[in-house]
Amino acid sequence: MWRHAFIVLFVALLASGPSQAVQPDEILKDSVLESRARNLSRELRCMVCQNQSIDDSEAPLARDLRLLVRERLTQGDTDQQVLDFLVSRYGNFVLLRPPLEWHTILLWGLPPAALIAGLIGLMIKVRRQRPTASGTEALSQNEERRLSTLVDDRLPKP
Amino acid sequence: MIPELGHYALVLALALGMIQAIAPVVGARTNDSSLMQLAASTAIMQFVFVGLAFLALVGCYVTSDFSVATVYENSHSMMPLIYKITSVWGNHEGSMLLWVLILSLFGALVGSFGKNLPSVLKAHVLAVQSWIACAFYLFILFTSNPFARLSQAPFEGRDLNPILQDIGLAVHPPLLYLGYVGFSIAFSFAIAALIEGRIDAAWARWVRPWTLAAWMFLTIGIAMGSYWAYYELGWGGFWFWDPVENASLMPWLAGTALLHSAVVMEKRNALKIWTILLAILVFSLSLIGTFLVRSGVLTSVHTFANDPARGVFILAILMLFIGGGLILFAWRAPTLKQGGLFAPISREGALVFNNLFLTTACLTVFVGTLYPLALEALTGEKISVGEPFFNLTFAPLFVPLLIVMPFGPLMAWKRGDILGVAQRLFAAFGVAIVVLALTFIVEGGTSVLAPLGIGLAFFIMIGAMTDIAERIGLFRVPLLAAWQRAIGLPRSVWGTALAHSGIAVTLLGIVGVSTWASELIVAVKPKQAVSLSGYELAFEGLVQRSGPNYREAAARFTVREGGVPIATMEPSKRSFTARATTTTEAALLTRGFSQLYLSLGDVNGDGSISVRLYHKPLVLLIWLGAVVMAFGAALSLSDRRLRIGIPKPATKSMMQPAE
Repeated sequence: MWRHAFIVLFVALLASGPSQAVQPDEILKDSVLESRARNLSRELRCMVCQNQSIDDSEAPLARDLRLLVRERLTQGDTDQQVLDFLVSRYGNFVLLRPPLEWHTILLWGLPPAALIAGLIGLMIKVRRQRPTASGTEALSQNEERRLSTLVDDRLPKP
Repeated sequence: MIPELGHYALVLALALGMIQAIAPVVGARTNDSSLMQLAASTAIMQFVFVGLAFLALVGCYVTSDFSVATVYENSHSMMPLIYKITSVWGNHEGSMLLWVLILSLFGALVGSFGKNLPSVLKAHVLAVQSWIACAFYLFILFTSNPFARLSQAPFEGRDLNPILQDIGLAVHPPLLYLGYVGFSIAFSFAIAALIEGRIDAAWARWVRPWTLAAWMFLTIGIAMGSYWAYYELGWGGFWFWDPVENASLMPWLAGTALLHSAVVMEKRNALKIWTILLAILVFSLSLIGTFLVRSGVLTSVHTFANDPARGVFILAILMLFIGGGLILFAWRAPTLKQGGLFAPISREGALVFNNLFLTTACLTVFVGTLYPLALEALTGEKISVGEPFFNLTFAPLFVPLLIVMPFGPLMAWKRGDILGVAQRLFAAFGVAIVVLALTFIVEGGTSVLAPLGIGLAFFIMIGAMTDIAERIGLFRVPLLAAWQRAIGLPRSVWGTALAHSGIAVTLLGIVGVSTWASELIVAVKPKQAVSLSGYELAFEGLVQRSGPNYREAAARFTVREGGVPIATMEPSKRSFTARATTTTEAALLTRGFSQLYLSLGDVNGDGSISVRLYHKPLVLLIWLGAVVMAFGAALSLSDRRLRIGIPKPATKSMMQPAE
């Protein structure tokens, strides 16, 4: 529910502006370009919002950015060029998926590292367990034979 | 007078809490059973007094007593009664009071139903529970007093946030808090076990129902929040990877891991230390969630500084309990004896796999949520971590988990036979392949992920049912006999199968809506019609209406399918005068598990209106799956073997052996 509270805060701040995400008049005639624009919009942050992409946001800034993305696309930019342009203008903050750089190494690296460390840890644990565990495993043929002779010797014959 | 009484009741609860925080521990040290037994009565009385305080606050809201600051800021005399009540927790102070109300409720439940617990363990558990309670009573009394008065009472309140004026506020936060706070019991049990330095399978048996109950509430709470966001926010998303959502997802992931590791501990006496650690972590994540939401660090690192008292206080609570818990763990855990060896391929092994992937998934969410905050605090650099990041990192961790899921319940304890289990899952696998192929063909080969996702969902669902089918001898014995066996099955077996099926149902919904949803953003003039996914919507005109504390403009649409009118949809915009804000109320039309979603935009100069129309196939399955999961938990909880208070009279002071 706090998400709503935050959004309301921003809507309240920006109540004078247009009140919807993607507007009918923004949509490009070329459906291929439009779907590229939509996909790009989902990767881009509305910088004045609380963790919203410009595709979802109702803020005027988001609308400006959506129009900008479409303008660049119609001028023939590739998706990457559009992203690069926005990063050069607003910094990495505008990307909802931060690029892998030295200061995001932990962000990208920690989860896989933890998974691998966990797997290795478990493997070591299994290795260490094996000697004790094998003690309860089936006996070898040799042991089986020795056991049967022992039992045969000691038990009274029926 | 009423607010003062409420305030006073809260102070009394604090006093009782302090007694309960100390007396039982002293009693356990000196072997004084009367001191130890005191805890049960104080726990119940704490609940009574916090309950009184809460009722007093509800009274202030219901009677619109605007001399109370929080009522003035969050209520309005014209609001419907239900919103007057729900606005009690629609703000910081009141929601913290709800938090301690639920905390004291759980304490009282342990106090009154934990009769078969060994008295020393029970004394420690209730003492730890009271440490937490006292910390939060102090927090409320010193920094967030909901009963504070204004020197001059205004005539009218400033109204509740319009977006919160929804039935969702009545359901979502209480359920979520029941989940969050319910995990405090697992935490208290873990700390008590560490203090005593002993733990056995019976401990897991006592903790499991509490964890299960908390998990059930959290599951439903998250799902309800997601549905609320879906229909209220006007663009039809169901999960946004918002930090606040992540704050609730993290305890859910870790709590799910805890549920599974506690099974291993109960049945096999293994994974003890890990289970204790998880119990500490789950509640720590609940606390971190509370901290993230309550302190305001999420909005920006800077708002934190605007209200330093609250943020610092919660941070101190956080460090005390998480830090203290982990230090105690590091100190005492090595003294706990490990037991129960098992081969990697076994039921235990499958559950360890589950734990590894769930905790890694939890870590991913944790890192993704907190990394931007940490980076900005340390270097001043701002980055954003949003949906694209989580989709990329979370899904690869969850898919292996889902694939292995049907294997777990079919695997034998100690040493499993993976080939044998694979053979028994043959039917499930076959159906999955057929469904996959059918989806692929129907799709025309355009998408690969959707058929895979749907196939996986069917594999999980039928895999979960395979366990049941085998146990009742379906198709081997006459149907009647199978039916009787099905009724006789332990409810926890049904619970597992249902909870796992629930995941599959949710997966179906997610795949369905993310693959086949269609969208139309368009401006329509009166009498003009638009069509989407076989539905035709004709715009009939705008209607002006007024509600109790708002005015609304609704657009009336007639929905036709194949030329036949089937419904009217009225998306609207409400403007609330008190706060001068507007909300968008989407109109939803449910067809089977799918929905048509219509959201109203601006009224343009030429008399047309902007609308967003979505067709969301299978979308309801997302939340229905959560309901199925929670129902599975409830069924498992009703299993008398798990229910607290059934097994033994309270005379035994020794821990009972596992069966």
